[in-house]
Amino acid sequence: MTAHAPRGPRLPYGGRGHLDPVPGAPALEVRDLTVRYPGNITAVRGFGVRLERGQCGVLVGPNGCGKSSVLKAIAGITRPAAGEVRVFGNAVGACHHRTAYLPQVPEVAWTFPISVREMVMQGRDVHMGWLGRPRRADEHAVEHALVRTGLEDLADRPVGALSGGQRQRALLARALAQESELLLLDEPLTALDEDHRQAITRVIDEVLAQDAAVLMTTHHVDEARGAGHVIIPMRDGATADANALVAR
Amino acid sequence: MSWLTEPLSYGFMRTGLLAAVLVSISCAAVGTHVVARRMSFLGDALAHTMLPGIVIAFLLGASLLGGALVAAVVTVLIIAAITRGGRVQEDAAIGVAFTGMFALGVMLLSTTNSFRDFTHILFGNILGVGDGDLVVLGIIAGAVLITLLVFRRELEVTAVDPGYARSFGLRPDRVRLGLLLLLAPTIVAGIQAVGVLLTTGLLIVPAAGAFLVTRRFRITMLVSMLIGVGASAAGVLISYHAGVSTGATIALCTCVGFCICMGIAALRGVLATTTSSEVLE
Repeated sequence: MTAHAPRGPRLPYGGRGHLDPVPGAPALEVRDLTVRYPGNITAVRGFGVRLERGQCGVLVGPNGCGKSSVLKAIAGITRPAAGEVRVFGNAVGACHHRTAYLPQVPEVAWTFPISVREMVMQGRDVHMGWLGRPRRADEHAVEHALVRTGLEDLADRPVGALSGGQRQRALLARALAQESELLLLDEPLTALDEDHRQAITRVIDEVLAQDAAVLMTTHHVDEARGAGHVIIPMRDGATADANALVAR
Repeated sequence: MSWLTEPLSYGFMRTGLLAAVLVSISCAAVGTHVVARRMSFLGDALAHTMLPGIVIAFLLGASLLGGALVAAVVTVLIIAAITRGGRVQEDAAIGVAFTGMFALGVMLLSTTNSFRDFTHILFGNILGVGDGDLVVLGIIAGAVLITLLVFRRELEVTAVDPGYARSFGLRPDRVRLGLLLLLAPTIVAGIQAVGVLLTTGLLIVPAAGAFLVTRRFRITMLVSMLIGVGASAAGVLISYHAGVSTGATIALCTCVGFCICMGIAALRGVLATTTSSEVLE
């Protein structure tokens, strides 16, 4: 692997500087990924996927089939038991700022008293690192993300006062504020009405048009259908049918 | 007016009042994070589990603060060991550590044959604070406030969404451990004021009240500190005139502060309901 000079915040989280992408490497490459939880429960086994810039992969399957575990392993939240994950050619954690993770709404402590703007600003934390403070570029990125998700009028509202759909949009705004090149979105269209679902789909399409890659999960095949999307059906922790990877 | 000024004509009362204010500031500031993270039980338990460390330090003639810190770290390690593997929930593990450590403390206490020497640990002795203690309490309060300010973003994001924080390299478990290590000297300061048994009064109660009437974390912390300082000042003065335990009076005053916050929150709720009904009509 080519050595690159570390960049980014002065004191990055995880103690590693930000690496540049490896030339020619795909946005995401996962090989033979296995994820196990305490009690020797295997959530994911032998999973693989490859996404280029501008491509959207959609993990489709029922609850408990391992979709979220795949995203968490790629995001560095869960340590894989086996397999390899490469993000822009680098190991997970070598370029945190290039990967934005959107969790499912119930995983967030919404009772914590912060405003929507403050939550979206958390998307800039990775760029600031330890002891960093928000600069004008960070504030600009936050305002831009609020506008893209239609939350500018709710920016000063406490996150605990948001509806389910607004919470979903706030999490997406935070991921967008990170200005990353790989978005990992866990059920981004859940709890949204049709108008907001279309609005979020439009934002995802914009992100793809800007040469970023997206890997998202959903229960519903209908939500997965989009121009150029790679649908990856999952069952019992593995790709349901290796031949079923359909580019639409 | 003399009700306020007369007690303060004594040096030990002025020192006690200043100490109570410093202790309530550090306890309320850390307590806001403890309550926000739903760690109130852990905060209360830590205050109790420090007892064996304090007693051993006393018997060895060592620093009580050092003894309390060691006991706090041992407690945290015990809880981590019990919960490892995910078969025991954290609240149950806290209950086990709490019982074991506090029982050990009481047992050690009973071997000293000088139980009365420890009443200030159990119930506090804010009026017995010396100038040296005052300096230590001031350093603890300053260190707590500076640490919480410097690591504000990390504390907030790991409390709101630990998974997201982990995704960009932050270790929520280590941030939590850091908060617990900050909690240890804070509780030691609280023990000085209201004792092991009532430290929750300064740590949890002001923050719990502040959360009822505020919607921004920074404001919550400020209101929590105001409740703590107000209750401490009122507790010191009321206990002087009533001739009752200062620590218990301070703890009771924090509960009064909490009740006032509950009243304000309820009143707001009634007003909001009335307003929305009028709008609907």
